[in-house]
Amino acid sequence: MPSKKDILDLYFMDARHKLIDLAAFLDRIDRHDGEPDYRLEGFHDALKAMQSPGDVPRAQAVLEVLSDHTTEPIPKATIQGAFGAVNKDN
Amino acid sequence: MKYIEPHAHMVSRTTDDYQAMAMAGCEIICEPAFWAGFDRTSAQGFYDYYCQLTDYEPKRAAKFGIKHYSWLCINPKEAEDAGFAREVMAIIPEFIDKSNVLGIGEIGLNKNTVSELAIFEEHVAIALKYDLPILIHTPHLEDKLKGTRLIIDALKNANVDPGKVIIDHVEEHTAGLVLDAGFWAGMTLYPESKCSLPRAVDILENFGTENIWMNSACDWGISDPLAVAKCVIEMKKRQHTEELISKVVYDNPVKFLSQSKNFKI
Repeated sequence: MPSKKDILDLYFMDARHKLIDLAAFLDRIDRHDGEPDYRLEGFHDALKAMQSPGDVPRAQAVLEVLSDHTTEPIPKATIQGAFGAVNKDN
Repeated sequence: MKYIEPHAHMVSRTTDDYQAMAMAGCEIICEPAFWAGFDRTSAQGFYDYYCQLTDYEPKRAAKFGIKHYSWLCINPKEAEDAGFAREVMAIIPEFIDKSNVLGIGEIGLNKNTVSELAIFEEHVAIALKYDLPILIHTPHLEDKLKGTRLIIDALKNANVDPGKVIIDHVEEHTAGLVLDAGFWAGMTLYPESKCSLPRAVDILENFGTENIWMNSACDWGISDPLAVAKCVIEMKKRQHTEELISKVVYDNPVKFLSQSKNFKI
């Protein structure tokens, strides 16, 4: 199995690139007019989950924060797609 | 390395893609029935689509030495109108005996609605009646966790043999739910959603290589028909053995698909 150093050699530059992209994405939202919607709150919650995932792996923690945790089927679909975060007002 | 692409929507791909997949080592492609990117307006539209899946597409694949198999259903995105869905489902038995049909799929849920769930359960009943394996689509993004749980509950209620069911599009938060319940799991390698190549290898390292496969699910959207071949390289980069890689991309699909009477290597 690869060592931690091997994993850094394989993925550090790619992860660094994506990290800066995330920072620039948040800067971009800050810089533009208007009000964000629930997706930005979900995004910030996911960032917190990544930093403090509790007893589950980080990727799982992030996915769970961005997931609908209700348990009953909804009566009817109003859209066919998905947005990637949960609108807690619905 | 030879591999099987167990989930690809080749009706949406070019012939060049068949050529590239053949050159990359793909020997078998399995094509579940799916949403065409728009809602079809008649059952006849599905009849034509099933003809394409069971007659035309196998011939197109054969030109590149690739065997083509298909799965039949009405996908969950078009299952919101239960009456229409049942009209389409009534056609399925006419195609079940076609020589390249593996089973029922990709059924599942999209927005986790009452109607989708009812149609899902009726598809499961067809699979049980004809003793066919099942390939299941799990919802996208925020709907996946809930949908996966609803699907697993429905399958348990129907007393389905979990070994004959593959639940696809798993990610880190659903892989354990699926595998722990005894079902097979599929990982979909997408450039923008579902699993990236490194994450797919992470899931294999965390959950093991039993009862799991990977696929590109390439379709009309942003997707990569060579994703499985590229993940072979990713596994090599992570120092996995040729034997283990072959198990995931060839032996495991053969093991699951061999439960269909029509599947032959």
